[in-house]
Amino acid sequence: MSRLLSEEEYRKTKAFKIRRWYRGEKDPYLGKVEMKPQKPFTEDIKTQKQRIHDEAILRRNIYDIEHNKKLQIFSKFYKVVSIVFVFTLIAILLYVVSYLPPVGNAANPDNNEVASKYIEDGMKDTGAVNIVTGMILDYRAFDTLGESNVLFIATCTVLILLRVDNRSKKKEEEENDRLYEPKNDIILQKVAFFLVPMIIIFGIYVILNGHLSPGGGFSGGAIIGSGLILYVNAFGFKKIERFFTQKTYKWICFVALLFYCLAKTYSFYCGAHHLETGIPLGTPGDILSSGLILPLNICVGMVVACTMYAFYAMFRKGGF
Amino acid sequence: MGGNLLANYGEAVAMILFGIGFSNLLLQKNLIKKIIGLNIMDTATYLFLAEKGYIAGRVAPIVVDNVTSVEAYINPVPSGLVLTGIVVSVSVTALMLSLTIRLYRKYHTLDMDEISTMLKKEEE
Amino acid sequence: MEFIRNFPFFSILLSLGSGVLTSIMNKKTARLWNTFILAAITVMSAVLFVYMLEVGEPYTFMMGHFPAPWGNEIRAGVLEAGMALFFCLIMLFSLKGGQEHIDAEVEETKVNLYYIMINLLLSSLLALIYTNDLFTAYVFVEINTISACGLIMITQSGRTIEAATRYMIMASLGSGLLLLGLCILYDITGHLLMSSIKQSILYVYAQGTYNIPLIASIGMVVVGLAIKSALYPFHTWLPDAYGYSTVSSAAILSSLVSKGYIFLLIKIFFRVVGFDIIVDSKIVNILFVFGLFGMIMGSVNAILEHDIRRMIAFSSVAQIGYIYMGLGLGTTMGIVASIFHILSHASTKSLLFVAGVGLTDASGGSKKFEDLTGSGFRNPAAGIAFTIGACSMVGIPLFSGFISKMLFAEAAVQNSLAKMLPTMICLAISTVLNAIYFMKTVIRLYTPASKKVRKTQAGEAAAVSMREHPLYHLALLCMVILNVLLGCCSQPIVDWITSGLSMFG
Repeated sequence: MSRLLSEEEYRKTKAFKIRRWYRGEKDPYLGKVEMKPQKPFTEDIKTQKQRIHDEAILRRNIYDIEHNKKLQIFSKFYKVVSIVFVFTLIAILLYVVSYLPPVGNAANPDNNEVASKYIEDGMKDTGAVNIVTGMILDYRAFDTLGESNVLFIATCTVLILLRVDNRSKKKEEEENDRLYEPKNDIILQKVAFFLVPMIIIFGIYVILNGHLSPGGGFSGGAIIGSGLILYVNAFGFKKIERFFTQKTYKWICFVALLFYCLAKTYSFYCGAHHLETGIPLGTPGDILSSGLILPLNICVGMVVACTMYAFYAMFRKGGF
Repeated sequence: MGGNLLANYGEAVAMILFGIGFSNLLLQKNLIKKIIGLNIMDTATYLFLAEKGYIAGRVAPIVVDNVTSVEAYINPVPSGLVLTGIVVSVSVTALMLSLTIRLYRKYHTLDMDEISTMLKKEEE
Repeated sequence: MEFIRNFPFFSILLSLGSGVLTSIMNKKTARLWNTFILAAITVMSAVLFVYMLEVGEPYTFMMGHFPAPWGNEIRAGVLEAGMALFFCLIMLFSLKGGQEHIDAEVEETKVNLYYIMINLLLSSLLALIYTNDLFTAYVFVEINTISACGLIMITQSGRTIEAATRYMIMASLGSGLLLLGLCILYDITGHLLMSSIKQSILYVYAQGTYNIPLIASIGMVVVGLAIKSALYPFHTWLPDAYGYSTVSSAAILSSLVSKGYIFLLIKIFFRVVGFDIIVDSKIVNILFVFGLFGMIMGSVNAILEHDIRRMIAFSSVAQIGYIYMGLGLGTTMGIVASIFHILSHASTKSLLFVAGVGLTDASGGSKKFEDLTGSGFRNPAAGIAFTIGACSMVGIPLFSGFISKMLFAEAAVQNSLAKMLPTMICLAISTVLNAIYFMKTVIRLYTPASKKVRKTQAGEAAAVSMREHPLYHLALLCMVILNVLLGCCSQPIVDWITSGLSMFG
């Protein structure tokens, strides 16, 4: 093949290997990367026939287009009406937008005394450099309390639907999950070994700096949650059970949410009766400043991290 | 037709997306596509709110160099509303996805009409 | 500030905190703790109600260190305190009436999750009643929706999960519209606090610059809340959800959840937009027309049903049509009639559901009409209670339904001819239709069953005696007393509603 080298020496060079890959003559992964042998999917002939028969009957009952004239007319009517409806809705909304005040204008109705007080006195009243964090966790803290409870109640509903409490069913789910778990995948484990600590440290940084820079409890919690999910994917559920079990989850969520409710009760009570809360505001720009905002960010961050991981574990296995 | 349609082109796009998401949620038969429609609808609302807060020539409301004059920052209120809205949207999506998983495990289909027919058959 | 003024704030945060506490409890502790918290909040609301009647003026409570447009606040007046007391009572009676069924139908490990849903539903209802801020209302509307979904699907049968999915789809449509309407309203006015928005809207309306977005945003908010409270064309999720869930959930959902949204709508009418602007903008006419349709079509569908729970659920659709018709009349008298009908319907519907489950239990658990023949004799207390509920629904004097129909007719008479004639005609037609299916059921309950049926039934379910189910009979008795109270002593209640409404704006 080559004019300068002999045949054997050419086979050892990189150019030969690239050319061989380019022509598709040999698969470089075969025999080098561990792949789980897939069991060929075989279905019992009887159940297959039964399934096809059932599906056909079902389709015929619902979507019996050829024989059912009423259904034909209805489906045409439905398509026409739905397209008309969509276009009407979008047209009405665009008509409304054309009458709204222009974007970017400083004299809009919503740039009024409310927004100016937040910007001018925000750092002084709340101690937070990030005005938006000061607004949602101090001025309008009741909304954020409601929002944390939305997350809490959504987690409870997912637990109702997907948590498996029966012992034997739990074992069955674990065995099913182990069939699909990519264990001992070397690339994933090596990469996760570096990435997971960095992700978790970055998440903690975002939470702690919520009042100084963009971030806060919700974003930081989501980052930590994704770090945990990466860990589970790389190393398996057995390893994460060493430090994160069902009990950990229950107690972290309980303590964090209870602290949030109690702290906010104290703060609202003092505010409504014009008492001093006794929590120092510190100097803006320090980490330990802005009164209650830092502890609340930490609580919210922990709850969100556990919730993200709980969603993943529930969807995959029905348990931790 | 008022004159601000081209000046508010961001909001116009948000409304088009809202209409698309709303009609998906209402008219699609597949459950997963309905949930995607819900997400598109919520994202369109956040785009609308983000456009609301913007004031030309100013920066995000994080105090830099102790400058606390109103002229320097955009309106912080819509950003707070978006934060709350995102969490609500995530919660509703998680709930609807787990409902879909349970329905699929029981009836092996994602189509709401088929599920209703199967339920009617179970009764008889 | 007196200590009593803290009570609205305490009620909301107590129920939120108790929801969090219930997450670590087991089944029995959760039930006892939940009863205790519900009783405590009922007592607090009763004390607050008496206090507000004395004081006679609403007050605002700052939630945080910063006053109104910059921070949150809640506002309590005569109307809100009374509604809170009423909602707590209905929730307490429904829970106690259906308690044995909760123990039987829900998995052991998930009972505490059910009580978390109840606690958070209570906190969101109280927050919707007391709030003075539009965005807080949106967040608590979401909590309301998600906890109602949790209540529907707690039994995890195929029917309930499908009903919960349909409910979530419709509710998400409503929430999306509500949020977008809120954002456009914020854009035009620049405030999120209800009282400030009202002043801005008066200014904007007088100037005429942003009229079209104003009407559009109000329309979107109204349609969003109407979708969530099951106004006629959007009611498809209702029969499945109420018909197949456990009985406490059905009673609480039909009495309280939809009514919370309607109360928020009335609050938006009075406190955000101003009643005159709403009537000018002709949005009330749309609500009126759909309310009329709902009244008729709900009853027609109920007549065609074979299942007692689904029949009661369709009758709910008709009653919500009544309430929207009252809202659509466009006068203060109409709103007073609607609010009285909210109270009357809540007490009657929960009574019907709890009594209905006693009848189905005495018939071996079947809900079909053929099997319910003669069950009034097998379970006498439930039979009498069901008859009283049915009489109230039809509008027989002495019970609360009669007073609400009379109030609707009075409100309609004060109106123009264009609205008075359809209202009177539809009231008459729907009363006749209600009588058809309710009286048919009551007659069937008291028809002695054939001998063969009686033998099989007696083997399966012995007559339900008072000693075995004391809590159930106590709950039934309390609900009957509430209903008769609303029917007989209605004049003070109507006076209370009228005076509360005048301070509501």
